[in-house]
Amino acid sequence: MSVQILTFKGGVHPQYNKELTNRLPIEVMPVPKEVIIPLSQHAGAPCEPLVKVGDEVKLGQKIGEAKGFVSVPVHSSVSGKVKAIEPRLHPSGRFVNAVVIENDNLDTLDESIKPKGNLESLTSDDIKNIIKEAGIAGMGGAAFPTHVKLSPPPDKKVDTVIINGAECEPYLTCDHRLMVEHPEEIVFGLKAILKALNVKNGFIAIEVNKPDAIEAMEKATAGAEGVEVVRLATKYPQGGEKQLIKAVTGREVPSGGLPADVGVVVDNVGTAYSIARAIQQGMPLVERVVTITGQAVKNPKNLLVRIGTMLKDMIEYCGGFNGNPGKLITGGPMMGIAQFTLEIPAIKGTSGVLILPDDMTKPEKVRPCTKCAKCVDVCPMNLMPLFISMYSLNDDFDTAEKYHALDCIECGCCSYICPCKRPLVESIRQAKREILAKRRKQA
Amino acid sequence: MDNQFLVTSSPHFRSEFKIERIMLDVVIALIPALIAGTIFFGMRALLLTIISVAAAVLTEYVIEVLLHKEITIDDFSAVVTGMLVAFNVPPTVSWWIPAVGSFFAIAIVKMCFGGIGNNFVNPALAARAFLLASWPVQMTTWAVPGAVDGVSSATPLAILKGTEVAGAQLPNLWTMFVGNIGGTIGETSALALLIGAAYLLYRKVINLRIPLSFIITVGVMTWIFGPNGMFTGPFLYHILGGGLILGAFFMATDYPTSPVTPLGQVIMGIGCGLLTSVIRLWGGYPEGVSYSILLMNMVTPLIDRYTMPRVFGTREVKKVA
Repeated sequence: MSVQILTFKGGVHPQYNKELTNRLPIEVMPVPKEVIIPLSQHAGAPCEPLVKVGDEVKLGQKIGEAKGFVSVPVHSSVSGKVKAIEPRLHPSGRFVNAVVIENDNLDTLDESIKPKGNLESLTSDDIKNIIKEAGIAGMGGAAFPTHVKLSPPPDKKVDTVIINGAECEPYLTCDHRLMVEHPEEIVFGLKAILKALNVKNGFIAIEVNKPDAIEAMEKATAGAEGVEVVRLATKYPQGGEKQLIKAVTGREVPSGGLPADVGVVVDNVGTAYSIARAIQQGMPLVERVVTITGQAVKNPKNLLVRIGTMLKDMIEYCGGFNGNPGKLITGGPMMGIAQFTLEIPAIKGTSGVLILPDDMTKPEKVRPCTKCAKCVDVCPMNLMPLFISMYSLNDDFDTAEKYHALDCIECGCCSYICPCKRPLVESIRQAKREILAKRRKQA
Repeated sequence: MDNQFLVTSSPHFRSEFKIERIMLDVVIALIPALIAGTIFFGMRALLLTIISVAAAVLTEYVIEVLLHKEITIDDFSAVVTGMLVAFNVPPTVSWWIPAVGSFFAIAIVKMCFGGIGNNFVNPALAARAFLLASWPVQMTTWAVPGAVDGVSSATPLAILKGTEVAGAQLPNLWTMFVGNIGGTIGETSALALLIGAAYLLYRKVINLRIPLSFIITVGVMTWIFGPNGMFTGPFLYHILGGGLILGAFFMATDYPTSPVTPLGQVIMGIGCGLLTSVIRLWGGYPEGVSYSILLMNMVTPLIDRYTMPRVFGTREVKKVA
């Protein structure tokens, strides 16, 4: 066992505030009366609905078919009746076609749900197919279809798989609890991924602020060949894919490249868990652990919720607000998305629902840049955020591009540390959008 | 549960780090040196500093009122400039000298170029250069500590240079470290300045890249090129004498006028050290810290451009045209 603590250059140490939920066992939330299941919960092409209004559906039944390779199907997370198929507000802020299902409280299982056999009897293609058919997409937030990651082009020789248990976002503890409570399934998921890729080396990487998770995972991996638990320094963004790969393997994903370019595939612990469920029980991705947290929630919890559960129901289940809420965020405070309403569903990539009190979210006075260089010191990509931001705010996106705007991973360390409270990552994000839009136009 | 949620781009929370707190930290870090100056040169040193700070803050306030700009004196940066201007004048100058210096620093060097963050040279050092050129006698009349009125003395660097009358004795190194020597109000006590510098490092307001490379370069240069042959120089006198400690920790590290890249900061320090040594050893002045910093301030944008850090996942450092 390695006792070395691995990390990367740069980064920040925000207040983690994980003690709100890190000792609370995952609680199963009662199934809501109605779920709203968007037909697009992943990066890639949206699904075509397979059901009509008025149809009876069963738990785990496929209700949306993937269109194209970079896409995954969606399944009903309850049994009941389809009430509507219409555009509904999605956590991304857009209206997306969604299937609204009235729950009959019977949880009648779909016939297709049965164990898929043991790993030894499954081939690499079987595993990839099970994963795709189970609708599994990256559960760390970006929701990239997992089977696509597991099918690298033949010229990219993948030799390492890393299960990301860093959970570096402040407040969030869903991955932490999953590692403490379901380590066996996560190791099973990792083994399935290794088999699907025909790779021997697997790492489970965890920040040292989760000693109970490290202990549980080490116990579960004891005796497993080629699988190792590694300790990471507690620093944000340690769980960023590129920073994680650098810390664990010493390899740098090339600018504009993918992890497969350096022979690595990274999957979140939640994804590994879902893969285990899909193989062991045949259950597609119809539920996930969501951390409901923040100083403005009465009883913060780690909840196991059905996909499509409304944020409103989750907050109500957690006792409602505590004081005056200022911001509602899906995901963590560093990279999550601020929402304007509770009338949105939890989807496959929803790792947390964070509610910050209004006194923590008051906009601060923005002052001119003093070139203090703190942003340069903390940038994990070695960029110069102050200059990219300056050019972006002056609409000079060509120069912003020369300063490597597109290499920004949008972790937000620069904006976090800035003593002048400047919108650094915000304006860099804008520059990236403009640069990519221009490229598309030229193409 | 009908609430108005604030919607912004991420990140949704920010560090406690604030520019006004940073500037306040600099003020706090300068206080030991102010106390030392007051002990060695009397209440006059304190009074001159107060006048200087008042002039700096007032100048910034009046200009912003006249130009209908946002009032920014609450960021404490004018206080820092005022203190540094006073620290850079001898304790014997007329009361209006630091006032004029602070006015010049704020009105011409800072506000004319757009206020905080936009000045291209260090305002306090530009003011020192301006005062030295305009009132050279007042600006180079040094006092014996404890005997401000009348009795003039030599600074250790002037004695080293041999520009003073014969017979002047170099003080011992301990006296120089404590600061009981001739010099400007804030530069003489290395001890007090280092206490302040340690506080700034502890508060992460500055890092060691510029100060260390600056001081080491001066030490090495003045050791190698000694008056009695190579590798014989009295480098400790050069490090403790003049404005090196003040300049290296408090002025070369000025945010807007120093490079933002780690390598650039080291280059800034080495450049300052080389120029300081050249001026001290072969130039016309006994002291070169302020001019060396001013010169390096002017090449700071160039240094930043050529020392862009290697971006993660790229092979070589790309130059930005």
